[in-house]
Amino acid sequence: MKCSEFLHELTDYLDGVIDANTKAELDEHLAWCHNCYVVCDTTKKTIEIYRDSKLYELPEDLETKLRTAIASRCKSHKKTGPEGSAR
Amino acid sequence: MGAIQPKVSEPVSDELVLVGRAKAGDVGAFEELVRRYDRNVFRIAQHITQNREDAEDVVQDAFLKAYNNLAQFQGQSKFYTWLVRIAVNEALMKLRRRRPERTISLDEEVKTEDDSVPREVADWSPNPEQQYTQAELRDILDRTIHGLPATFRTVFVLRDVEGLSTEETAEALDLSVPAVKSRLLRARLQLRERLNKYFRRRDRSNELQAKPSSGDGTR
Repeated sequence: MKCSEFLHELTDYLDGVIDANTKAELDEHLAWCHNCYVVCDTTKKTIEIYRDSKLYELPEDLETKLRTAIASRCKSHKKTGPEGSAR
Repeated sequence: MGAIQPKVSEPVSDELVLVGRAKAGDVGAFEELVRRYDRNVFRIAQHITQNREDAEDVVQDAFLKAYNNLAQFQGQSKFYTWLVRIAVNEALMKLRRRRPERTISLDEEVKTEDDSVPREVADWSPNPEQQYTQAELRDILDRTIHGLPATFRTVFVLRDVEGLSTEETAEALDLSVPAVKSRLLRARLQLRERLNKYFRRRDRSNELQAKPSSGDGTR
C-alpha cells in the first residue's frame, strides 16, 4: 500500500467504519511507515482537541438572554399560531 | 491505532412528542427543544460566521424559523438534523451579507493547492493542549479553523465537533455522502497541518529529522 492510498482511507479508518481486510492492510502500513503513523496520530488528536466542547461552552448569561429572546419572539408570532405559516 | 470514539447522543424518544405539542401551539414544549439544542446551534453558528454577535442572531433566527415552520417538519429525520440544516443556512446567509464580494456555496468545488498531501510531518507532544491555557488554546483553535474555506469548516464542525454522523451531515448540508467524506478528509488534514506549528514536539525536532535507523546511537 502506498502512502497516498493510506491517506485516502484515513477518514474511514479514524471513524472506524472500514472492513476488516482493509483495516488490516492499513494497520500493516502504519506499522512500518512512520510518516503515515504521525499523520494519522496527529489528525486523531486534532479531532479530539476540537471535539472537547468545554472550550466552546455557551456562557450562562448569554444562554439566558437568547432563551428569553427566542421565547418572546415565538410568543409574539403565536398570535397567528405556529401553523400560521402553513396553508 | 484506535478509531475515534463516537459521541454518545442523548435519548430523543420524547422528542416527537415535544415537537407535536409545539406544533399544536405549546410554546413551553418548544422552549424545551431550545434548551436542548441552543448550545449546539450557537457553536455551529459561531464556527461558521466567526463572529459572536452574528452567532447570537443566527441562534435566534434559526429557532424562530424552526418554530414558524414546524408544520413542515414531518419527522423523517431527527429534529436536531432538521434544525441544524436551518441554522447552517441562516449562518451562511449572514456570512454572505457580511462578505458580499465573495459568494459562498457549500456545493462549490474548492480550488486549493493539493492539500491532501501533508507537507510537513512532525510529531506532537504527548498532551499538546496542556502547553496552553484554555484561553490560548481556544484562540489557537479559532484562528486555525477560521482559515479553512467555509465549506470545509462547516463539514468539520458538524461531523467532528458536533458529532453528527456522515449521513446526517450530508442531509443537513444537502451534500452527497462522498462529498462530505472528501471535504472532511481535507478539512482534517488541513487543520492538522496548521496546528503543527503550535503542537509539534519541540525538544526532539532535530532527532525526528535524523533517521533512527542510522544505527550510530545518535542521542
